Amino acid sequence: MIKSNSGIRKTDVINRRMFIIGAAKVVVFVGIVARLFSLQINENKKYLTLSDKNRIREWKLPPTRGNIVDYFGNVIAGNLKVYQLHIIPEQVENFNYLLVRLKNLLNLSDKRIARINKLKAELKPWDSIIVSENLSWSQFVKINNYLYDLVGVKPVMTISRNYPFNDVYTHVLGYVSQPNEQEILENEIIQERFVPGMKIGKLGLEKRLENHLIGTNAIQRYEVNAYGKRINQLEHQKGEQGSKIRLTVDTEIQKACGELLNEKAGSISVMDIYTGDIIAMYSSPSYNPNLFLFGISQDEWQLIRNNPLKPLINKTLSGLYSPGSTIKPIVALSALENKVIDTKFKVKCTGKMELYGQTFHCWKEKGHGWVSLKNAMKQSCDTYFYEVARLLGVDRLNITAEKFGLGKKVLGDYFDNEKKGLFPNTKWKKNNLGKGWVLGETLITGIGQGYIQSTPLQLCMMTAQIANGGFAVKPKIIVDSNPISYEDAKQSMESGLFFDANSEELIDKKLFKNQRNIKIVQEAMFASTNERFGTSYKSRIDDPKYQFAGKTGTAQVKRISKRERELDLELEQIPYKDRDHALYVAYGPYVNPRYALSIIVEHGGSGSKAAAPIAKKLFKLIIDRHDLRNKQSNFERINV
Amino acid sequence: MFQQDRLSNEITLFQKIKNLDYILLISVILLSILSVFVMYSTDGGEILFHTKNHFVKLAVFFPLMIFVAFFNIKFWHNFSYIIYFIVILLLIYVSFFGIKSSGSQRWMDLYLFVLQPSELMKIAIIMCLAKYFHRIKIENVNSFTSITIVLSIIIIPIIFVISQPDLGTSILIALSGLIILWLGGMKIKYFIYSFITFLISLPFIISFLKPYQKLRILTFLDPDRDPLGAGYQIIQSKIAIGSGGLNGKGFLKGTQSYLDFLPEKHTDFIFTLFSEEFGFIGSVGLLILYSIIIFRIVRIGAISRSNFARLFCFGYAFAIFIYIVVNLSMVLGLLPIVGSPLPIMSYGGSSMLATMIGFGIVLSAKINHKQMIA
Repeated sequence: MIKSNSGIRKTDVINRRMFIIGAAKVVVFVGIVARLFSLQINENKKYLTLSDKNRIREWKLPPTRGNIVDYFGNVIAGNLKVYQLHIIPEQVENFNYLLVRLKNLLNLSDKRIARINKLKAELKPWDSIIVSENLSWSQFVKINNYLYDLVGVKPVMTISRNYPFNDVYTHVLGYVSQPNEQEILENEIIQERFVPGMKIGKLGLEKRLENHLIGTNAIQRYEVNAYGKRINQLEHQKGEQGSKIRLTVDTEIQKACGELLNEKAGSISVMDIYTGDIIAMYSSPSYNPNLFLFGISQDEWQLIRNNPLKPLINKTLSGLYSPGSTIKPIVALSALENKVIDTKFKVKCTGKMELYGQTFHCWKEKGHGWVSLKNAMKQSCDTYFYEVARLLGVDRLNITAEKFGLGKKVLGDYFDNEKKGLFPNTKWKKNNLGKGWVLGETLITGIGQGYIQSTPLQLCMMTAQIANGGFAVKPKIIVDSNPISYEDAKQSMESGLFFDANSEELIDKKLFKNQRNIKIVQEAMFASTNERFGTSYKSRIDDPKYQFAGKTGTAQVKRISKRERELDLELEQIPYKDRDHALYVAYGPYVNPRYALSIIVEHGGSGSKAAAPIAKKLFKLIIDRHDLRNKQSNFERINV
Repeated sequence: MFQQDRLSNEITLFQKIKNLDYILLISVILLSILSVFVMYSTDGGEILFHTKNHFVKLAVFFPLMIFVAFFNIKFWHNFSYIIYFIVILLLIYVSFFGIKSSGSQRWMDLYLFVLQPSELMKIAIIMCLAKYFHRIKIENVNSFTSITIVLSIIIIPIIFVISQPDLGTSILIALSGLIILWLGGMKIKYFIYSFITFLISLPFIISFLKPYQKLRILTFLDPDRDPLGAGYQIIQSKIAIGSGGLNGKGFLKGTQSYLDFLPEKHTDFIFTLFSEEFGFIGSVGLLILYSIIIFRIVRIGAISRSNFARLFCFGYAFAIFIYIVVNLSMVLGLLPIVGSPLPIMSYGGSSMLATMIGFGIVLSAKINHKQMIA
């Protein structure tokens, strides 16, 4: 091969091979363009969404809880603007100086300062630290005056739960506070809407109606960088306030209950005997739920916790008491219904009754002599009811008592602290205590002592059902979507059958076999309050507008020894813990009755002295407000 | 032949300027201007460190390109081996005394700027092999001796670069070298055999890879396996490019880069930012600009009389092509992540220096395309 040809051949090889490469290059570039096309044109939407997901971060703000109003529309659990103080660490020039300034301005404790320093170490520098959750107006003004000197400090206005009537509704409403981990996990709605600083219902209706009250989060959208720092705000989506809940309660009456039980332990319940509306439900002593909103201080908490009158217990629903003589209307009714006695049936009371060598005392040592039903009820003769109970037997008594709501929850599942109480029978004792029933136990059950346990609200409902002529009521505390007027309720009740819109069935509302028997009991209760020698005669109101009928009760909290019986001590001489509970159940007005109530004063002594006078004061107010309440009934309707 | 030499030596400065390839030159200038604007965007719309430095480097290296171009192609032919050896020496130097940064040792401090000799090797290897294949007789190309020599020329620098460690650059050096072997007339079967051998030995090669390199391959196969860790870069890069759409988000409006979601946005991922802000149209435009540059270089090679110039131009055109392909495939999620800059666009002095020298030699070949080299 010639030398010069070699160069040319080489050039040919190079060119040929370059051509192949050139073709390959075109193919590869086309491939890259295709890839660009698929990413930028075909999948543009997908990546645009991902890019927005990257850069847009949503901040949920705490939802605003719905208001709870009383029957008249007064807000009893509302929301209040509160002033808070936040620090944004990255904007602070000298953190320690700032803390010293704030400490002086707001009188912060050393513990609080330590907590702020700890938060500062934990949080990102652009996350705000809450220095004070609830500044007073004067503190807020002070901070605003010194703002030029407090770089990095942000006064914030936010919304917080507020209970304007302080302790009046605590046991009905409960209170809100920061949720714990378990509470967040248990409720999906809370889990979804949770943001730090949000408060949830911890007790009472606030807890029960959480899902209605909670409201939806307001959402703020921010553009953030890769490290999560907010760059600018994009939009604001308003949240919806939680549903408004209207209760059946009347604040004026509720407040009066609180005043009447001031410094006493006890409970008052008031109920509409036809609609079942709970007009008042007060447990004393109460405490201020506003204390829990921003974390209660240890001192305040200990004060509530260690109060011997036990403010934390909702006595209306979870207090279990022997009904004492307040059970006597049911014993009488049961005996009448079972034809064990009639109005002429008489028993001679000698102050005590002997049975199998055991002595059963009447409260009146000297005895009442021959007593009929009316007189026995009027004077609350124990001997009479021992005898009636003996003749009746506990099992028949139990059937009547349970019909009237004893031994069952009154408000169903509305309050998880409601107790169902106990009305014993022979089967119950056999099953639970493993022992046979003893006749003596029947006797003391007949005067509301022994195993029998009831809540004040049960006694109130029992009374209501006697008062309305012996018809079942469905107690309620929330005005539901179809509130029934009292006339309609009364009419449907007296027809004996009631169409329940919720379960779509006819319910037999009659609790009696013969309505005459109810009437007899009503008359006996009337006598007890309005005739001479009646146990609550001193507490009567003669004006027929307010006239009421009732039954006193005095529940022993311990067995009275022979010695004590002989001593017959005055109330003040007995240790507080050993004093009897005073009870009173009543309904009024006697003609065309409307409301029933039950009053319990723990360790208050006798029912006629401690409980019945409260009823006298209360009935005037309750009946005076009756017309107002009637006018209100077609107020707004709220779905729950 | 002698006359030819003499004639070319007599080319005046005016003629040199006149003989420059203006289409190539304008394309490079356009690319440079574009790169400054993109760098300005990476700085968040302010003239900061990267923008300034990038501009200064362009201002120094662009004249250097012209300066290189004014040397006769014969001069570069003569010095090819020496340049190759100097760069080898620099590689040896950095492997002992180089600056360490993020786990690798590949830089040397020249006071004015930090040099990465492996970038220079990308050019030096093309020059060296172009000269070798220019000088060797076509009959001897496939002889055992010559194959041994050319493989050594490729393997020696790669050993140094891989031990830095710098997988990306060594792959680019290897590919640049291999393309000259192909152009120079190496038998096709050798390429096929080596490719098969490579495939067979792939599992063994993988077992020698460093853990982070294995991770990159795994991440490439499935970026979602660790979206916040190893897969983060590629996922964010795809999001940025994909969200650009047809027209892009607009200059300085790329949210992914502006909000710091893009990693390495100044260097290897510069295309991502460009593509997010200028979209499909801009990206294809950039590819066309690169294609023009590659095409012009190939054309200059095709009109060159000497096989050295021809081989250099073809080789260099391929090298530029392969840099672009590797970089774009990486940011588009078509290849595992290997560090490789986008010519001119990416921030980085050594890469720009090497690229500009390459353009300079190409322009020198253009000016002296009639030059024969013995």
